[in-house]
Amino acid sequence: MKIAVCVKIVPKTEDVKLDPVTKNLKREGAESVINEADRNALEAALKLKDANGGEVIVISMGPPMFEQQLKLPIAMGADNAILLSDRAFGGADTHPTSLTLASAVRKIGDCDVVLCGEESSDSGTGHVPGGIAEWLDMPQVTFASDVRIVDGKAVCKRTIEGGTETVEATLPAVISVELGTNTARFPDFRRKRWADTQFKVTVWGKDDLGLKDDEIGKKGSFTSVKELREAMAPERKHSLIEGTLEEKAKKIVEIVKPFLEGK
Amino acid sequence: MSDIFVYIEHNNGRTEDVSFEILGKAKELAAKLNAAVCGIIIGDSVGNLADDVSRRGADKVYVAEDRLLEKYSTELYTKVVEDIVNARKPSMLLIGATYNGRDLAGRLAVRLHAGLTANAVSLEIEDGTNLLLAAVPSYGGSIHAVCKSERGLQMSTVRAGVFKPFPSGGKGAGEIITIVPNVSAKPRVRVIESSVGKKADVGKAEIVVVAGLGAMGNLVAVEELRKELGAELGVTRPLADKGLATRDRQVGSTGVSVKSKLTVVLGASGASHFVSGIDSSGTVISINTDPKAPISSHADYNVIEDCNKLLPLVIKGLRPGK
Repeated sequence: MKIAVCVKIVPKTEDVKLDPVTKNLKREGAESVINEADRNALEAALKLKDANGGEVIVISMGPPMFEQQLKLPIAMGADNAILLSDRAFGGADTHPTSLTLASAVRKIGDCDVVLCGEESSDSGTGHVPGGIAEWLDMPQVTFASDVRIVDGKAVCKRTIEGGTETVEATLPAVISVELGTNTARFPDFRRKRWADTQFKVTVWGKDDLGLKDDEIGKKGSFTSVKELREAMAPERKHSLIEGTLEEKAKKIVEIVKPFLEGK
Repeated sequence: MSDIFVYIEHNNGRTEDVSFEILGKAKELAAKLNAAVCGIIIGDSVGNLADDVSRRGADKVYVAEDRLLEKYSTELYTKVVEDIVNARKPSMLLIGATYNGRDLAGRLAVRLHAGLTANAVSLEIEDGTNLLLAAVPSYGGSIHAVCKSERGLQMSTVRAGVFKPFPSGGKGAGEIITIVPNVSAKPRVRVIESSVGKKADVGKAEIVVVAGLGAMGNLVAVEELRKELGAELGVTRPLADKGLATRDRQVGSTGVSVKSKLTVVLGASGASHFVSGIDSSGTVISINTDPKAPISSHADYNVIEDCNKLLPLVIKGLRPGK
């Protein structure tokens, strides 16, 4: 079976700050990593390959320097990696992003399953998987925590308000994998050396995908960012409770007690 | 037309609170635009929900019923909302940022070629343009990107627990309009079984006890403290990942924001995606072994201690007669 996995390379959340004066993002020195939920999607893809055979193809959109980050999925067991890179892809919101990724899936051809992480850690919309499914006219299962193939269909457990449901989807299908639902495997040491030195990431631009300027990137986006604001963290007392174990416990009880009155 | 449409989500015969919260906010936005607020209810035998939706702020309620629509289906529900929107051309469509809400919104926005902003924690009308400004939490919630859609339908998913709903009392004056949905195609996704319990209301609790990795070794003591305080249990993401608590108890940007008067955080270091979930809480007490952990700058009281050692003494101190 042919499994495509869409991954996003994001700056490490802790490394990103807002410049208090210019209100621009300060990402200098921020480490670029594969989005956490997408690592779970990759692991789900590799598990599907372990169980059913076939190949895993990783797709990502971003600047050429992200080729390096796509060696990791190869070292983990993916068979191929494609970077969608073109200046015209820049500044895309979820609409052109899902179109660009869907176009790559279409160009790869005959994919049975398209896996994504539930959302990215930077913009965190969770809207891209459904968008990809719509462009490709495939069924979608989002927030899946367990993905299997049974009798030629995808059977997934997915999270819903207050619980879970098990659904069955015909193939091909787009499935978004819930963050933290599995533990991504470590890269294979020998494979890693091969990936780092020999493996070539395939790079596709807008012409390879047959996309026009006005449907991709910033031009193809429907939304724009007006400004960035720092989320207001509340004033806190930052009081340090010290003393022996007994004294600390006593102080905690004193702080907590007033909240229990009337309960 | 500049009407604001609100997708009303319901589960097991109950309207989700987030839909009422959005209606309350939509009413305020609509007043600025001199527009109407319209609710969309989709399902099977759901007409009984329409009155309440009207009382909570909808000027009109569209009810689309069919046996095929009994359970949420991405494909069928997308089609029904698409038809309603295309026939009536609202300026905005707001959807609760629940699991199914985001599932629907992502697909629908591409179908309708609409601008979609995500998980809004603030909604305003921009002066001069009358466009919707949505504050979207990014990078674990530490930064809000204020976004707008400049062409076509303006869609946004809206975070639960942010806006205040109108009370349910009184009589709704809204018009209720029945729609015969055009659904015939068999959906390609079928629900085999579902297991839904009573949803934990961590977001509304007055006192919340949050267990992090450092408290994982002694969840019995955590539970005892929770009982003594009459609190709801919350957990950090790793504990939900391990299946030790359901996702509706996960606190943080990918889970619930607590708005409690008191939050006791046990053994959590304070990852940025977590602390944004407790920043709306009143008093925060943190018990944690690492004095340098980021949680300390988000707490009112910091206790540097192993909570496994400290909890039994705190619980003893809280018991009556002590």
